[in-house]
Amino acid sequence: MMTKIIAVLLTALALMASGLSQAADTATAGVSAVAPTAAVVASGVPASVAPASAVAVVASAVAATPAEPPLNWNAIIMFLIFVAVTLGITYWAATRTKTATDFYAAGRGVTGLQNGMAIAGDYMSAASFLGIAALVYFNGFYGLIFSVGWLVGWPIILFLIAERLRNLGKYTYADVVSFRLKQGPIRVMAAISSLIVVIWYLIGQAVGAGQLLHTLIPQVSYKEAIVVVGALIIIYVTFGGMKATTWVQIIKACLLLGGATLMAFGVMQHEGFSFEKLFSDAVAIHPKGLDIMKSVVPLGAKANPIESISLGLTLMFGTAGLPHILMRFFTVTDAKAARKSVLYGTCFIGFFYILTFIIGFGAIVLVANNPTYVADISKSILALKGGGSMPAVYLSHALGGDLFLGFIAAVAFATILAVVSGLTLAGASALSHDIYASVIKKGKASEKEEVWVSKMAVIGLGIVAVLLGIAFEKQNVAYIVALTFSIAACTNFPILVLSIFWRGLTTRGAVLGGYTGIIGSIGLLVIGPTVWTKVLGMGPAIFPYDFPTFVVLPTVLIVAYIASVTDKSESGQKEREAYDAQLIRAETGLGAETSASSH
Amino acid sequence: MSALIASKIQNNPKYLELVGRRDKLSWTLSAIVCIIYFGFTLMIAFAPGVLTQPIAAGSVIPLGMLLGVGVILISALLTGVYVYKANTTFDPIVLEIVQEASK
Repeated sequence: MMTKIIAVLLTALALMASGLSQAADTATAGVSAVAPTAAVVASGVPASVAPASAVAVVASAVAATPAEPPLNWNAIIMFLIFVAVTLGITYWAATRTKTATDFYAAGRGVTGLQNGMAIAGDYMSAASFLGIAALVYFNGFYGLIFSVGWLVGWPIILFLIAERLRNLGKYTYADVVSFRLKQGPIRVMAAISSLIVVIWYLIGQAVGAGQLLHTLIPQVSYKEAIVVVGALIIIYVTFGGMKATTWVQIIKACLLLGGATLMAFGVMQHEGFSFEKLFSDAVAIHPKGLDIMKSVVPLGAKANPIESISLGLTLMFGTAGLPHILMRFFTVTDAKAARKSVLYGTCFIGFFYILTFIIGFGAIVLVANNPTYVADISKSILALKGGGSMPAVYLSHALGGDLFLGFIAAVAFATILAVVSGLTLAGASALSHDIYASVIKKGKASEKEEVWVSKMAVIGLGIVAVLLGIAFEKQNVAYIVALTFSIAACTNFPILVLSIFWRGLTTRGAVLGGYTGIIGSIGLLVIGPTVWTKVLGMGPAIFPYDFPTFVVLPTVLIVAYIASVTDKSESGQKEREAYDAQLIRAETGLGAETSASSH
Repeated sequence: MSALIASKIQNNPKYLELVGRRDKLSWTLSAIVCIIYFGFTLMIAFAPGVLTQPIAAGSVIPLGMLLGVGVILISALLTGVYVYKANTTFDPIVLEIVQEASK
């Protein structure tokens, strides 16, 4: 049955794409040939060319909007190949996904290298690929500050979290926090913070996917693009679970690293393999000149030391608290594989960030001031057709023409799919494993029931992501990075580290600390400049910083400390005593969940 | 894990030594990464002039660019140090402790 469903969906998707494109092609041909009478021509043409009457309707609809750009065939074909391959993998994974461990944790059979690739695929979002390149393109050196901040969380994950997480947990990071603390209150708190992070992160990805795909293939509307993403994710994750998600992420990581390497190589070849030449050419072209090498804040913004420090804290510790990242450590065979996977992941991600930096400067040299890409060269030589996230995409065109543009566009789309899969699975596991199985059923749900709830949760989250993605089309979503990373840095990260390393932590401390993190970071973000001033338009912000971590993180630690040491309850005392057993398991791996293949 | 094995491990001096050594390495390396990264961040906050000075007369490349790339490379290097140390030093000790406890 599963084969049939996947086959039908794939065919439908292919038909939809080819139908749309044929119609659009026909229409475009009509428009360019006889522009004034385009509608007449187009409505006459489909009878002879297009196979179905439905297509004719689309054709005349498309023809009504004049001057459609030609269809990006390269991107569509490469994207369809990616979809076909990933659906094939999903089918393969579905036949091998039988238990809950298979579904949530790929049977714990993922090797260190595979998980390192998947980590890179899970973490390197379209926002970091297109976003950092765009930051560099507009602001120069400033973009590097984000690259550095997004990388330095990884060593911390390795030194403090990865192995102990693998040894103590089962499917979610709440398993680890509630190892010796009370299941109910801890899991509810952890699930709330996970779901807030996952859902907002999903909104950001969905909006990005819609805008990107619509810009690259204007014949596909914003809504259609988001629906395609939502449908694919639901298929990958409900049928293939973590196995399919892992392989989608691995393939995406290879494509993204390969594509970015080719682009950076192309840039360096153009610049005679001289960094000095690349940077001086960029300075010569960029309207701000040497300022792009002289500013540590966005060009035109005022320097703000506290904001810089808070941004640094948020990026570093936020990475170490993202639920979809933490979840990856439950998929590996043992603590050693978890450890190795961070080393591989860190190397891939670090290499990638250095590439995006070269790509950003390459875009200044090759894309800026080029009338093919710039919206209105008489006004600004930087502002691009299709918006602010396009520098990397156009650079691929400047380097390798339509074919390379098609490849990079497909890679960017694959990137979104891989990240969204990981997020959806992390959100679904919080709902099914933490809330349904552990809190509602008090651990008495059967494995089958739990996986079923999880699949329903995947479908639910997929639909929520699509609806919110559509609802947020015209919204300013710039605060999403601040929101998700702040909650992760102020809630998940400190509570997880305290539960692993501090014997004194009790349920009371973890819960009060956790809610302080959630409420504190959301509250300060709402009254901060990004939401209060820019989204709500309420005038000057009450809390003057974009990133609240520098206030909230220490507060969480203090609250968790005081609430724990003043906890004189008997249960609190038992929780402290249970630390010894937790430590033995964390250090030796005795009693840790084993990989399916080792039985 | 039975209570007997747990108490054997708990009373094995090798175990206590392992926990101490691993914690020390974990927190030392974390501190190094934090010092390097927040050193970089504090320079962004309070001494941007140091970061934006060119690396050589006539060059447009700012010092901060080299330092930023340096932070990325050192981070990757330190993860390598931890993995090497854990593979070669800690894993054999863990194995010994587990074997001694299950005797």
